[in-house]
Amino acid sequence: MDEGYLPEDGPRWSDQRAERLLGALVCAVVGLLLALIVTVFVHAWPSFAHNGLAWFGSGGDVEEQLNQIYLSGLEGAGYVYTFHAWPLIWSTLLITGGAVLLAMFCSLFVSVFIVEFAPERMRDVLQPVVRFLASVPSVIYGLLGVLVIVPFIGNHLVTEPQKASVAGVISLSGYSLLAAVLILTVMIAPLMISIFSDGLRSVRPGWLEGSLALGVNRWRTTWKIAVRSARPAIVAGTVLAVARAIGEAVMLAMVSGSVAFAPNPADGLIFVYEPSRPLAPTIVKNIDSLGSAPSNATLFAIAAFLLFSAALFSLAGWVARRAMRKYGATA
Amino acid sequence: MESLTPVPPPIRRLPLVETPPAREVAPPAAKEGEAGAAQSPASGGFTAARRSIGAPQFSIRRMEIDGVSVSYADREAVKSVSMPVRQGEVLSLIGPSGCGKTTLLRSLNRLTELTRTATLTGRILLDDVDIRLIEPTLLRRRVTMVFQQPNPFPMSVFDNIAYVLREQGSRRVRRKTLEPKVHSALQRAGLFEEVKDNLDHPALRLSGGQQQRLCIARALAAEPEVLLLDEPCSALDPQSTQVIEDLIVKLRDDVAVVIVTHNLQQAYRIADHVAFMYLGELVEYASATALFGSPREPRTQEYVSGAFG
Amino acid sequence: MDSSVVTPPAQEAPPAAPSQQPQPPRKGAVEGSATWRLSDRIGLATCWALGLLFCAIAVAIVVYLLLQGIKYLKPSMLVTPASGGFSQAESGGFSDAFIGTLIVAVMGISLALPAGVGIAVWLVEYGRPAALARITESTIEAIAGIPSIVLALFGTVIFSSTALGFLSRTSEGVVFGRSFFAAAAMLSLVALPLVVASTREGLSAIPQHVREASYAVGKTKIATVRRILLPTARPQVATGAMLGLGRIIGDTAIIVVLLGATQNFAPVGSAFPLNYLRGAGTTLTNFVYEASPTGNLNQPQKAYAAAFVLLLMVLALNAAVDIVHRRARKAGTWSH
Repeated sequence: MDEGYLPEDGPRWSDQRAERLLGALVCAVVGLLLALIVTVFVHAWPSFAHNGLAWFGSGGDVEEQLNQIYLSGLEGAGYVYTFHAWPLIWSTLLITGGAVLLAMFCSLFVSVFIVEFAPERMRDVLQPVVRFLASVPSVIYGLLGVLVIVPFIGNHLVTEPQKASVAGVISLSGYSLLAAVLILTVMIAPLMISIFSDGLRSVRPGWLEGSLALGVNRWRTTWKIAVRSARPAIVAGTVLAVARAIGEAVMLAMVSGSVAFAPNPADGLIFVYEPSRPLAPTIVKNIDSLGSAPSNATLFAIAAFLLFSAALFSLAGWVARRAMRKYGATA
Repeated sequence: MESLTPVPPPIRRLPLVETPPAREVAPPAAKEGEAGAAQSPASGGFTAARRSIGAPQFSIRRMEIDGVSVSYADREAVKSVSMPVRQGEVLSLIGPSGCGKTTLLRSLNRLTELTRTATLTGRILLDDVDIRLIEPTLLRRRVTMVFQQPNPFPMSVFDNIAYVLREQGSRRVRRKTLEPKVHSALQRAGLFEEVKDNLDHPALRLSGGQQQRLCIARALAAEPEVLLLDEPCSALDPQSTQVIEDLIVKLRDDVAVVIVTHNLQQAYRIADHVAFMYLGELVEYASATALFGSPREPRTQEYVSGAFG
Repeated sequence: MDSSVVTPPAQEAPPAAPSQQPQPPRKGAVEGSATWRLSDRIGLATCWALGLLFCAIAVAIVVYLLLQGIKYLKPSMLVTPASGGFSQAESGGFSDAFIGTLIVAVMGISLALPAGVGIAVWLVEYGRPAALARITESTIEAIAGIPSIVLALFGTVIFSSTALGFLSRTSEGVVFGRSFFAAAAMLSLVALPLVVASTREGLSAIPQHVREASYAVGKTKIATVRRILLPTARPQVATGAMLGLGRIIGDTAIIVVLLGATQNFAPVGSAFPLNYLRGAGTTLTNFVYEASPTGNLNQPQKAYAAAFVLLLMVLALNAAVDIVHRRARKAGTWSH
């Protein structure tokens, strides 16, 4: 079908050629993703192979281990791969968990507010605010964190006795879990708010009207019917937020502390003031050691773990949403 | 403008229409109105239809619609309508599309207030209290509504009915306390036998007719005084329609029933009183046999005989 | 205004790019909260509190950066390259970073835009075999979900290979692998899902009868796409491109890894402009990172200045997206 009907068509492409070209583009992108996954895992393999399951365990100072790995790589032989990532994993769990929980709470209320209860003018203010917060680059969040939040925590929130009590082990200078969780919450909440709002808006209006007509007030109608019916959207938003939080490297590198310390809840309240080092910032902080082969493998191993976790969460979200279809939660 | 017509009690029945003789009793004390003449059938297919409903056993005035007008942003949807709503009777609002019958129905439980541009003048009284003085959520528990499209919530059958009960109490109510009420609501709606083994199954899996009966059960669970039905059978097949019509007739002793329908045969089958509305005005209000048999207004005669609509 | 955030495409209903269809306004009931139970009222109060809190946070961010930016930003900083110096006043500006951001943005979006539009066109107009279409959708979502640090690591592998050695500096047989080319290539992956999602929305909104009218006069599918569909979807394509740009200029991880750790341009070879593009450099985000206490420079004043410029650019892009939206809304929608 090379002929166009109207003569002023210009140089003509056949549909077949176009389809083949576009198809090739699509295949190339799919191939690129596969190549990425394969590359990351292949490069990560030596680190996993040498450590086995102990890779995920604890034992030793992560900083020291990374140093050893790097140095051994410079020598060209006798590579050392010993690496126990548990403090990093634990930090990631704490920070991601804390931020996601806090953000979910805030985002639910804010999205319910935007969709149902905010007066018109408040809505016109809030929606651009949410969009703005989503578009601020993470390095700016990090900058504000390290120049404003961290000093505030270090100088005004943490008291001297608290600092003294852990002085032998760690210094509570403000680079802390608290700073990391708070800022990360602000970073991921807009994403959740946007997706939750869309979910709330797409509830069947018949349900809402039916509930109001039965004498249930607007607040309960919104929560019991709209929020319940928007559960797939809530799951989707949460999963995306988790993926974002796990992968956040730059802001956390600036704010969570440069010590690979595993915060200990048993310390009591001080625990939120303790510094930590999650997985993603570790890669950024050690990026200069990519040249050394075992370091390379270790960093790729961390990346592989991140990829795997994000994929796992996506899968869990997908399974959860399928289970929700049973009650017709997806309109 | 049409004012409230005195209500002729439906006393005599024509030989073609079967009614259980026990119901043909002289009007009880609560009823007002004078004795009316026997109605003779008019032409038009209604005599062939059977009325499912007999004379009402009693009649208690529950709501009074008094000169009500509803406008949506300068467009008048309902113009100065007045009529009573009685427990023990089924009131049917009929008329062509756009005549304001649904708007009038929705004003009875203040659902019109959900639209910002709606204004209502006149009074509506529920047990002699102006409904605007009653808290909307409380009002809507006393005057519940069933919609045209069945809209069971995305929960189990049990939870659909329990929802109404739970959201009215202040404490978390235990399932054991709710069970008898849920069962009784389902029984009143005639659905209990069909779902009693599947109470925890998703309500959306029921058939259309069952879903609508579930909505009726849900509306009854609130133990209302008035039940409003907005074309409840228009989305259903004839068998389900039949079931629901029988159900409505059975319910009239417990609640005042107001049903909007565009199906004239349905109105004839199940209504005690019929209000014909056209372009927002109440054209005629009469007993069903009177209105279908010998309508007073020419417009009613035209509509009932199918000349327009 | 519809909810629209810089988000990657989600698995199901939520649109990733701003939704173009105007949504019916939610009617608020007249019912007041005075008669609600206490817990309900506390809930409503929480809604208000959190809503106001987020507004306050946004205002605080803008105002604080504005104040610090005005305090520390001198126009000369935009045109003076960074130089060594002990005090912040002596060490020049960040012109290299500023230009670097522009270069990276242009390069990144010129890769992402054609690729994204092409993929979106394939998904909407062709999409056979269906399995490939589903895989492609999942792939785009997956790419959106990959942390940029992982993309950056992947980039080091690709661009350190000898085959691509020409794209960066090579010395003693070792490919350096860090250059504007490398960074832009990976940044285009960051923008790609946004372009795809937005273009898809734009194309899907065009009703079928428009396409049929075009086929009926004998146009090929691809001609229809080029002449009719894409021009009609121009607002959405532009929106996707601008959202992608916003992501690109805001990204730091890929820059830190793939652009080298220099504060100035480090051109390779002598063929202008390729020598700059093959070389290392910096962008505003990298500059802010380095100038902050976490980086090597520790010049917080310059960091604020650069952050201010960066924020202005992002805000300008947001405003542009808004304007495009409003104009598209005014132009009306199809009567189906």
